[in-house]
Amino acid sequence: MEVRIEAVAKDFDRHPALHEIDLAIASGELAALVGPSGSGKTTLLRLIAGLETPGRGRILFGEEDASRLSVQARRVGFVFQHYALFRHMTVLENVGFGLSARPRALRPARAEIDRRARELLELVQLGGLEKRYPPQLSGGQRQRVALARALAIEPRVLLLDEPFGALDAQVRRDLRRWLRELHDRTGHTTVFVTHDQEEALELADRVVVMSQGRIEQAATPDEVYDRPATAFVHGFIGESSRLPVRVEGGEVFLDDRPTGLRADWEGPAELFFRPHQALVGDGAGGLAGMVTGGRRIAGVRRVELELGAAHRRVEVDLPLAQSCAPGTLLAFRPTAFRLYPLAGEGRPADRAPARQLAHG
Amino acid sequence: MVDIARTLFFPGLPAAGASRDCTSETPGVRAGLIAASLLFLALFLLAPLAAVFAQALSAGFGAWAAALVEPDALSAIRLTLLVAVIAVPLNCVFGLAAAWAAAKHEFRGKAFLISLIDLPFSVSPVIAGLIYVLLFGAGSAIGPWLSAHGVQVLFAVPGIVLATVFVTVPFVARELIPLMQAQGTTEEEAALSLGASGWRTFLRVTLPNVKWGLLYGVLLCNARAMGEFGAVSVVSGHIRGMTNTMPLHVEILYNEYNFQAAFAVASLLALLALVTLVLKTALEARLGGGAPGRVR
Repeated sequence: MEVRIEAVAKDFDRHPALHEIDLAIASGELAALVGPSGSGKTTLLRLIAGLETPGRGRILFGEEDASRLSVQARRVGFVFQHYALFRHMTVLENVGFGLSARPRALRPARAEIDRRARELLELVQLGGLEKRYPPQLSGGQRQRVALARALAIEPRVLLLDEPFGALDAQVRRDLRRWLRELHDRTGHTTVFVTHDQEEALELADRVVVMSQGRIEQAATPDEVYDRPATAFVHGFIGESSRLPVRVEGGEVFLDDRPTGLRADWEGPAELFFRPHQALVGDGAGGLAGMVTGGRRIAGVRRVELELGAAHRRVEVDLPLAQSCAPGTLLAFRPTAFRLYPLAGEGRPADRAPARQLAHG
Repeated sequence: MVDIARTLFFPGLPAAGASRDCTSETPGVRAGLIAASLLFLALFLLAPLAAVFAQALSAGFGAWAAALVEPDALSAIRLTLLVAVIAVPLNCVFGLAAAWAAAKHEFRGKAFLISLIDLPFSVSPVIAGLIYVLLFGAGSAIGPWLSAHGVQVLFAVPGIVLATVFVTVPFVARELIPLMQAQGTTEEEAALSLGASGWRTFLRVTLPNVKWGLLYGVLLCNARAMGEFGAVSVVSGHIRGMTNTMPLHVEILYNEYNFQAAFAVASLLALLALVTLVLKTALEARLGGGAPGRVR
């Protein structure tokens, strides 16, 4: 089922939680809403579910205007961060709840409800735990029960609110992979909220980056990582370093000193690059910084540098073998970088197009 | 170095490595505390209770039973039960509604509502009674109109019920508000998103989640409803066999120097209190971990 969000806005006590949002989620797509807390991602999810009512705009499920429907009539499967399992019901009763809560005319027979619930428990690999109560299950098991319960009503859309937020790292990774497989098998249109950009990049077909009640970018994981639409996205998704620069006559200046980088630009800007997109060492040219620290990250050594009198901090990656004592001066040059207009210089900071530039 | 600092600044502390747990008192202090509390309990709680039963049974079991089956006593017991049967369900419904509103919704004046629920606790019961005298008495606006239509509120059952409802308002609500607040609304939201109607969500999700807390509140509410003296005394009129509840009946008997009968009826009230206490303890074990309102 395709979901379309058209000019939806929402205020809480006159504080805008969402400015006009437009978003279309294709049928069968797995979309991630990602952003820092307070970015409006959970509000948007709850609006789709009908747990909140929009101030303006409409939400369409296919051609049907879902914003006119009650929560019950929307038939969405909602999975909560803290599971929200019914604690006084067995696992089987939890999963069967949606079917047994139907009006009498539409309600399947008891045996049929139990059969369907058992089937779903098999699907989420929890066969044999039917008689348990939620407090007797682990976090990962509870979340899978919650998912089975949401799937039982044959939802038109599956919505997950930080589904792995309360789980420990190992369980999280396993469940993530498992959810992806489940999605590929069942094909539900799925939207999930996460504050973990890594989770969003790994799991989703499309990543919707939100900040302060606005959508900053909605694109594939590759697109969001390689071509962030705004400075916020660049800073939020993946590791990055930022430097305030000025471009004059096609040349990039940092603190009025030439960096050796060239850009098709004019005026003040913010320069972003990723730690692995830097050439480091003698003769790299351009920029130099004092080593203040370093740490090992998987297969590389990430070194922290301080630049100039303003002590601007950037990070670059070195091969593990190359050691680098604090206090040494290190020359480097970004091999790829992006420029974003600086806020407050007469140009809207988050609206003007960014430019991807590879050093020639 | 650390040890020097320790002796300098905390001379009373045992040296590092001493085996005694530094947060527990010496055995002497502990024994003293326990003895003091036991003595206090014996003197102020157990002794009076024993005295009530001793007095009640002073003329033998037969006299005790006779004092209870005497027509005025029976009428008082019946009236007390009737009042409780009306007041407790009313406050049960009100308590649930108020707790639901306070715990699951945000609205203007919510803090005011919650403190208002406590009013009957902070107001003297005599004043609670007088409120109804003012509201429904001969000098009030609606009192004469009501009596012209044959409705007697004061010095009759309706007045007693009203006063009792007033003083027992907080019990169920106070018990449920913290419990429901702690439980939040996500289970209800889950039920709604699964297609359950509001009513079904209440019956199958909300109510089962608060049932032990509700029972606890009902129990305390009932004990107070049956034992209330002050407010009921003001509105009842003390008509024997008509508007006397058990506590009022005890007072009348006592004022007539009929100590044995007074204590016989009083012992019945004390029994009610004991049963309440036992049930309350059992419920607290169910609620998990002692204090009322604690979440499981």
